[in-house]
Amino acid sequence: MTDQLRGDVVLRVNGADRVVNLDNRVTLLDALREHLRLTGTKKGCDHGQCGACTVLVDGQRANSCLLLAVAAGGREVTTVEGLAAGGDLHALQRAFIAHDGFQCGYCTPGQLCSALGMLAEAEEGLPSWAGDDLDSVAPADLDDDEIRERMSGNLCRCGAYAGIVAAVREVARG
Amino acid sequence: MRAFRYAKADDPGAAATLVAGVPDAAYLGGGTNLVDLMKLGVLRPGLLVDVSGLPYDAIEHRPDGGVLIGGAVRNSRLALDDGIRRRYPAVARAVLAGASGQIRSQATVAGNLLQRTRCPYFQNTATPCNKREPGSGCSAIPGAHRDLAVIGTSDACVASHPSDLAVALAAHDAVVEVRRPDGIERLVPIHDLHRLPGDTPWIETVLDPGDLVTGVQLPAPPDGATAAYRKVRDRWSYAFAVVSVAAVFRRDAAGRLDEVRLALGGVAPKPWRLWTAERRLAGTDPGDDEVRSATRAAFAGARPLPDNAFKIDLAADLVAAVLRRSAS
Repeated sequence: MTDQLRGDVVLRVNGADRVVNLDNRVTLLDALREHLRLTGTKKGCDHGQCGACTVLVDGQRANSCLLLAVAAGGREVTTVEGLAAGGDLHALQRAFIAHDGFQCGYCTPGQLCSALGMLAEAEEGLPSWAGDDLDSVAPADLDDDEIRERMSGNLCRCGAYAGIVAAVREVARG
Repeated sequence: MRAFRYAKADDPGAAATLVAGVPDAAYLGGGTNLVDLMKLGVLRPGLLVDVSGLPYDAIEHRPDGGVLIGGAVRNSRLALDDGIRRRYPAVARAVLAGASGQIRSQATVAGNLLQRTRCPYFQNTATPCNKREPGSGCSAIPGAHRDLAVIGTSDACVASHPSDLAVALAAHDAVVEVRRPDGIERLVPIHDLHRLPGDTPWIETVLDPGDLVTGVQLPAPPDGATAAYRKVRDRWSYAFAVVSVAAVFRRDAAGRLDEVRLALGGVAPKPWRLWTAERRLAGTDPGDDEVRSATRAAFAGARPLPDNAFKIDLAADLVAAVLRRSAS
C-alpha cells in the first residue's frame, strides 16, 4: 500500500463493514458524508475546534475531521445514525428533544456522540479539570460545571447550552 | 492537501526504515495536530507512517517507584491511570487542562511533546514565517505576539510551545525514550528534547530523521512532595495557556522548601524550567514577594515584546500562588 496514494479501506460503521476506495487524504468525516452518504455527522470548522463532526471510534470520542479514513480502517465507528435502535430514539436523543437541547440542530449529532463518549469516560473513572482533585465522578454525580468542562469541545452557535446540559444531566442520572 | 502515501506500521524497525529513507516522510500518531497542519498546507509530507498501532501503549509503574509511559498512550488514558493520578497529579492535571475531550482521546503522549506551535503566522501560509519558510521573516514580532514566547526566543522566531503535559513532565525531570532507526535506544532528558530557535527556528528538537519517541520515563517523585499544575487562559476551557506552571515541591519540618522544581508553559519555545529561581528558593520559607522576585529574576534574559511583557508578572504571581502555604 505504501506506493499508492489511495486504496481500499474497510470502514466498520454502526456495526456494518463497508469497503470504500479512498484517496489517502480523505478524512473519516468526508468518507462518512461523501462516500457512505451518512450525512448525520456534520462538518463545522473542519479543524477540530467545534466538535460538530464528533463520532465514537472504538468507543472513544474523536473529531472525525482530524482522523484520516485510512487510519480509521478496521476500527469501530459509531455515528449519530447508529444511536437509535430501529425506530426508537436513544434516551439521550429523547432528552435533547425534551429539554430543547438545540435550535438549528447542526451541532446536535456531535453533541450526542460527544455526550455518550463523555459519559462512558466518567463511568470508567476519568476525572476532569473541573474537579478540585483527581477523584473520579460517577456519571450520576456530574454537576453542571463538570458537564460543561467535559463537553467543552462541542460548540453550539445557537447557544442552546442550557438545554444541552440539562439533557445530558438527565441521562447521566439515569 | 498534497497527496501522500500511507503505511500502517506493525514493526518499529520497518517504520523507522521507511521514515528515515524518505526525506518528506512523517510518523502519524493520533494526528490531531499533524492532519490539521496538512489541511492548512503548513506540513506537506509525501509519506505517512502510522505508528499508532505499535506496542508503545502501556503505562508501566516500576518497582523503583518510577513509571514508563508509552509514546502511543492516548492522553486521556494517561489522565485515567490510577498511579499517575495518585503519584504524579500534576501530570494528570496538565493533561486534563489541555485541548478537548475529543482530542485528548485520540492524541498520543509522543505527539503531545512534538506538537507544533500555535503561532498564527506559522499556521497561515499566506504570511511570512521563518519556522515554516526559512528566511521569509517573522510576522509575529511586529504583529500579533500576545500569546507567544518572552524568553528563549530570537530575532528569527518568538513561537511558544503549546503543550501543558510537557510542562508537568519537565517539573518531574522526565526522560524521553527515543528509538533510532538503527534500533539503538537513546535517552533524552526532556529539558534537552526541544531546541531554542536561534537562527534555525525550523529545527525544533534534537531528533534525527526516523527517530521515534517510544516512551517517557518519570523518576519516582520525591517522598512527600506536592505536585501541582496551574493554568491561566483566556477562557475557562479548551484554550492554550497564556501562562501555566507545574511545581513539584516539599517543605521540611521548619517549613523550608527542601525540594522545589518549577516549570512554566506559554512563555518559551519549550517547557521552561526556572533553574535559577529554584536555587534561590531552595532552603528558604519564602513569602509571596520572595517567590515573585525569584521568578522575575529567572526572566533576566527575557526578550518580551510590547503585547506579551505582562506574562512575566503573571508568571511571578502564578508561581507565588502555587507555592503559597495556604494553597497546598
